[in-house]
Amino acid sequence: MILAYLIVLLFSGGVLAWLAEFINPKWPRWIALLSLAIALLILANMAPQFAIDTQAARTGEAWDLIFILPWIPRFGIEIILAADSLSYLMLLLSTGLGVIAVAAAWDEIRQRTGFFYFNLMWVLAGVIGIFTAMDMFLFFFFWEVMLIPMYFIIAIWGHENRSYAAIKFFIFTQVSGLLMLLAIIVMAILLAQNSGKISFNYFEWLQAAEQGVIDPKLSGYLMLGFFIAFAVKLPSFPFHTWLPDAHTQAPTAGSVILAGILLKTGAYGLLRFVLPLFPEASQAFAPVAMTLGVISILYGASLAFAQQDVKRLIAYSSISHMGFVTLAIFAGTTVALQGAVMTMLAHGLSSAALFAMAGAIQHRLHTRQFNDMGGLWQSAPRFGACMLFFCLAALGLPGLANFVGEFLVLIGSFDASPVLVSIAALGMIAAPVYALMVMQKIFHGPQREGLSLPDLNARESSMMALLIALTLYLGFFPQDVLSLMEPMLNPTNQVAAIATGVVQ
Amino acid sequence: MNADQLFALLPVIALASGVVVVMLIAAFARTHAGVSRMTAITLLITLACLPLAAKQIPISVTPLLIVDGFGLLFSGVILIAALSISLMSYPYWQVRNIEREEFYLLLLIATLGAIVLVLAKHMVSFILGLEMLGIALFAMAAYNTRLKNQVTFADRQEQSDRSLEAGLKYLVLSALASALLLFGMALIYLETGHLGFAHTPFSALGGPSLIFYGGSALMLAGIAFKLSLFPFHLWTPDVYEGAPAPVTSFVATISKGAIFAVTLRYFVASESLANPAVFTAVSFVAAASMLAGNWLALMQQDLKRLLAYSSIAHLGYLMIAFLALQTQSTRFAIEASAVYVISYMVTSLVAFGIVIMLSNDEKNSTRETSDILQYHGLFWRHPALATALTIAMLSLAGIPLTLGFVGKFYLLSAGAEAGLWWMIGALIVGSAIGLFYYLRVITALFKTGASKDSQWDSSPMYATSTAILAVLTVNVLVFGLFPQPLLETVQIFTESLSEGAHLMSQATLR
Repeated sequence: MILAYLIVLLFSGGVLAWLAEFINPKWPRWIALLSLAIALLILANMAPQFAIDTQAARTGEAWDLIFILPWIPRFGIEIILAADSLSYLMLLLSTGLGVIAVAAAWDEIRQRTGFFYFNLMWVLAGVIGIFTAMDMFLFFFFWEVMLIPMYFIIAIWGHENRSYAAIKFFIFTQVSGLLMLLAIIVMAILLAQNSGKISFNYFEWLQAAEQGVIDPKLSGYLMLGFFIAFAVKLPSFPFHTWLPDAHTQAPTAGSVILAGILLKTGAYGLLRFVLPLFPEASQAFAPVAMTLGVISILYGASLAFAQQDVKRLIAYSSISHMGFVTLAIFAGTTVALQGAVMTMLAHGLSSAALFAMAGAIQHRLHTRQFNDMGGLWQSAPRFGACMLFFCLAALGLPGLANFVGEFLVLIGSFDASPVLVSIAALGMIAAPVYALMVMQKIFHGPQREGLSLPDLNARESSMMALLIALTLYLGFFPQDVLSLMEPMLNPTNQVAAIATGVVQ
Repeated sequence: MNADQLFALLPVIALASGVVVVMLIAAFARTHAGVSRMTAITLLITLACLPLAAKQIPISVTPLLIVDGFGLLFSGVILIAALSISLMSYPYWQVRNIEREEFYLLLLIATLGAIVLVLAKHMVSFILGLEMLGIALFAMAAYNTRLKNQVTFADRQEQSDRSLEAGLKYLVLSALASALLLFGMALIYLETGHLGFAHTPFSALGGPSLIFYGGSALMLAGIAFKLSLFPFHLWTPDVYEGAPAPVTSFVATISKGAIFAVTLRYFVASESLANPAVFTAVSFVAAASMLAGNWLALMQQDLKRLLAYSSIAHLGYLMIAFLALQTQSTRFAIEASAVYVISYMVTSLVAFGIVIMLSNDEKNSTRETSDILQYHGLFWRHPALATALTIAMLSLAGIPLTLGFVGKFYLLSAGAEAGLWWMIGALIVGSAIGLFYYLRVITALFKTGASKDSQWDSSPMYATSTAILAVLTVNVLVFGLFPQPLLETVQIFTESLSEGAHLMSQATLR
């Protein structure tokens, strides 16, 4: 029930924010912040439950907080919301970055604030739906619903080339989503032929997958339908071309949400659906997927190095980092999967911070080009220090969260494919090259005449302080998170949950 | 004819009497308001007759018509659409100072034709309904021609010329289509010796026959003309663009819906799709419509024209459910087509309703607001209208939250169940192309810094039109989110079609 409240809270917060604009254009941001704060409180309240669940998960009773409501009985579609620790971590990340996004938009968005925060809240609500939906139709529903407000955020408040970027983003995601919908429908029909009743219930599907109901030849195609949808979102080479445009053109808050949260929905989908539902097909497909991951790592890194536009550079670096996630997910060992989730969290934090700062630079200097900057440390030392911190985080400095994630990914995947992992490790060399280039071109070098960057203000500093603290915490004490999610990354536990009758 | 049959026929009788009454009013007490009100009342009475008729179903009335759940469901949708169009077009005609009373008369006759079509179970009633609909429609399409008499500016004349062009084009091509259809029917009659749908099953032929093939091909061509399927779609954009907006919405919704319904009934009864040649031909037409329709819509500057091409694509999508008829899951395919047609009709009504609403400018009465440029920034001035149009576009694109998605979900399910993978492939490619132009319209609505010459600032908002648009839009959203009641209704009402076919074949024995 509490999960349903969470989603309703954000949806209605968005509507309220829109309406509040007619009273005072400054209210929407407060309403957005308030509803996110409440959502964070609710999530914090859930935390003890998940600590217990970690114990319970070992015995198989992993699924808690289930909420079931019939929706479209004609097709056996239900509203099923549930969360395990993987969902929980993703929920925390989304809500937390939601706060960061609101903070990033605080002064930047002055036009039509109500509609902006409405869209922002609806994206977040959709994302929370994605992370908790356990009915395949419902999952697809949220998957698509989240698109529309994101489209508006880019298309209305974006930069010079916003229409192009927004339409490209929408078409890529929607078309790949259609393939996933087709796979979902075909799967439902197949299972209905087997069991005699049509159902989109994820747990029933898991059970069927466990029993090997699906024809192995067909399951390869079905897996591909899901994989393409998630690979576009991730994004993995060769489906990545929407990302640099969308990230570059989106307003700061949009980039934060895109990089921090939306990319994670793709990885989450792979973890939650592709691996457990199609174990054999995924295994057969793993070499291809891992190769795509490795290509993404190196290709993303080398393209990042070639960029002149700071937001574009960070966007390409995201492709590189998410390549590690693809690699790890299809390597499939528990350590690799832990690394994948860790990388998702760490990249969420660091890319959100980097985009927030890139946005702040553009807001102040009205340019994103490296050529127009240089020597800005003098005028903005705090800004420079924060940028340095997150550049180091992105390049994988030990002691920071990203290092833990990438290290675990490489260790965990090594047995699966030593060759690919050795190549992927080259990405660790490429990352410092582009990450340090950001520092060098913006903050070092000769100071330009008449160019000065106002330093971070109190709001921005506290935003960064929060992100720095979290990155350090995850970097130094990763075990808390790792042990929380460890049991959930073993697909058999999910099936065991049904066996013990948690789901009825 | 007994009392039961009379009751079953009550909607047709009520509508026909309404036509006479409206004609008399137009002749003797000629006021726009009076005629418009009487039209609405007639349509409401006809709607009220539907439950009475529903008590008798399924029942054959004369060898020509059958009143069953399927027919009544479509009659209901058609009547509601006609009511919406007639009410929304009142302000449209109010600002146009021409003899507008006859428009309502034509609208009622066309609606009557559409109702006859959805109840038809015989070639004769098929043609009768089709002609009643078609002849009224080409007069309606040319209705704005009369604007010429009272204007002096060149661009205004152009609008009336376009309307004349639309009317003539529709007349010629529709006559051609009817001729093809008639010839096809004649050939099939030659082969089977019957004109009732149920008496012409392919399976009864006992072997492929050239004459039957020829007849089927001609009938298909005629039907494809009327449904504007590729490669018989060429009239669509010009007629959509040139005809007055209320007429365009009539062509897009009622005319296509009714013709599709009768086609469905004919193909279910005659089992023509079991014929591989017919099946292949329909598959080709469907795939080509999806791709060509979407492709041609990409760069359109005129919203009505864009919707014309999009309708070609949508009819192509619909053909997936139609093709699925031939498999074992006939019942599901019928249900899917009905849901899709209904969702398409409601959504189109919203989209065209907005065009009608924005074309009510008194000072600019001979022009319509249909250029996409004129829609730039609509959201920031008329948020409600722009939201409605956005929802309509999303629904046409088949995005969740909207009725259009439910329709698309049905099509994909029906196609997957029937194993029509190539058709589904075409649908996915078509949707990908289609997204671009729907998003282009939406992007235009949300553009900041709109051009100054937009005329909708002075288009007054009429309460009735606003209310109808609001109801339709809410329906798109509510049934998009909670489709269950709609699906149940459709499921119950369409079940009769397979049983209805059975009834018709029983009637032959008698």
